[in-house]
Amino acid sequence: MFPKPIEQSSAVVQNLYKVALPFALIIWLLPLIAVALTSIRSEGDLISGNYWGWPTSFNMVENYTAVFTNSPIAKYILNSFKVTIPTVIGVIVMSSMAGFALGIYKFKANLFVFFLFVAGNFVPFQILMIPVRELTLNLGVYNTTTGLVLFHVAFQTGFATLFMRNFIKALPFELIEAARVEGVSEFRIFWYVVLPLMKPAMAALSVLIFTFIWNDYFWATVLTQSADTQPVTAGLYSLNGQWVAAWHLVSAGSIVAAMPPVIMFFLMQKHFIAGLTLGSVK
Amino acid sequence: MSSFAKYWKANQVRLAPWVFLAPGIFMFLLYVIFPIFQSASLSLYKWDGLGEKEYIGLQNYVELMDDEAFYTSLKNNVIWLVLYMLAIPGGLFVALFLNQTVRGIRLYKSLFFFPFVISQVVVGLVFTWFYDPSFGLLNVIITSFGFDPIAVLADERLVTYGIIAAGLWPQTAYCMILYLTGLNSVDPEQIEAARLDNAKGWKMLWYVILPQLKPATFIAIVVTVIGALRSFDLVSIMTGGGPWGSSRVLAFYMYEKAFSEYGFRMGYGAAIAVVLLGIMLVYIAGVLYKMYRDEKGL
Repeated sequence: MFPKPIEQSSAVVQNLYKVALPFALIIWLLPLIAVALTSIRSEGDLISGNYWGWPTSFNMVENYTAVFTNSPIAKYILNSFKVTIPTVIGVIVMSSMAGFALGIYKFKANLFVFFLFVAGNFVPFQILMIPVRELTLNLGVYNTTTGLVLFHVAFQTGFATLFMRNFIKALPFELIEAARVEGVSEFRIFWYVVLPLMKPAMAALSVLIFTFIWNDYFWATVLTQSADTQPVTAGLYSLNGQWVAAWHLVSAGSIVAAMPPVIMFFLMQKHFIAGLTLGSVK
Repeated sequence: MSSFAKYWKANQVRLAPWVFLAPGIFMFLLYVIFPIFQSASLSLYKWDGLGEKEYIGLQNYVELMDDEAFYTSLKNNVIWLVLYMLAIPGGLFVALFLNQTVRGIRLYKSLFFFPFVISQVVVGLVFTWFYDPSFGLLNVIITSFGFDPIAVLADERLVTYGIIAAGLWPQTAYCMILYLTGLNSVDPEQIEAARLDNAKGWKMLWYVILPQLKPATFIAIVVTVIGALRSFDLVSIMTGGGPWGSSRVLAFYMYEKAFSEYGFRMGYGAAIAVVLLGIMLVYIAGVLYKMYRDEKGL
């Protein structure tokens, strides 16, 4: 193990490390701690300039209730779910099929198609922006969550296929050959042999795509306009404009908006990390 | 058996991959590949997004060459690219710090990773308060040492660095997690052998550990470059490109021009996007080349 395990060091160093850990963490998360603290302050504190001292009163319940009653944030969050969940399902379906095709079959265009997905995944969003907006308008799904879902599914399929394909390639190929010898059809091989083995990859991709899409801001601003359809990232930005200087509300709103991916991460940490490393760092 | 079924049965293995690929390829062509070419073609037109498109040849690009805002954006993109790379050694440093087995370390690792999980919108808002000249934490600290407060986001010279610092926060967390997983798979026998040879500290890190972390470093570079060139969210949220356009990057400038309040300039925006894609292509080609070599086992 590198660096040397701290247990092998002197007691002084060990204790120093134990002190340094929480200290470093507080510094690292200081901006977030500040927001969390602001979100439970009273308006009076903010007016009198008490931003960093001890709060005169704890208004957690009031502030968070105010966020939900005075703003469409509940609607924004619902919209975010309406975008995120269908996208995750769509991406998993499409990428497990495409990944299966690229991981199992040898055909001439295989590597070309694979590289097309990889390269497309790296292009800047701006080169897609105008045509995708036009396409969305022409399909009649501009300013709807459906419009966002369609784009996200298409774009994330690139990354997800890369992931799935590498995962499937690492599976024992003898399984498939054995099934073929038995005369099992290709669709049944996909459904009964490969798909059950892909569960870990699907779990990893789901959390990862959920987080990516939940946190998307650019496409939310390009493809949606009104509070009825905007996801929470775009919504939060417009709320920030409305709540000038009402920092306690903006902070509470930010915390609410950040919660779903954070909860997701803590629940499915192992899968999340496996996904982030593209499965290639084991 | 119908003739179609017979044909299918005989050619299953040849046809099946295309059946499985069809939906993915269709969507990807429609939403990603075609739009790239549509944008490239649009960059030769003048178009307000509503009326007729007017073909103007390379005029958009000619105008771009004389556009000071374009050069500011380009320069800022370079600054972003260079400084964003700090996330890689930074992430490695944090990973080395956390790669221990004391009690509660798992929770610490997760909490250090936190900034990456939250949206860049939230990161942007958080740092905007952090930098606020009248009550922001940064200035509370600075003034407590007796210095004058600094309005980071209102200062043309500092603004881009201020935004990059905000971006480095989640990016470092990302690189950290890549290196933590990488460190897990470092061969303990090699470390022991090196320790017997009296290697330690920097030497050990440089000659024994880093070579084994190569896959992690590769991914860290890939995601950090993409992160740097996609720097739209933070600029849009923290400054809107200001003050006086000094914190624009190409991604933001393109959006600003295409959806300008003074009339949409889709063609001009597309030209900016093409330049951005050009920069990206150099790097995409590099990544694909490496992947190609890995595939062929060279």
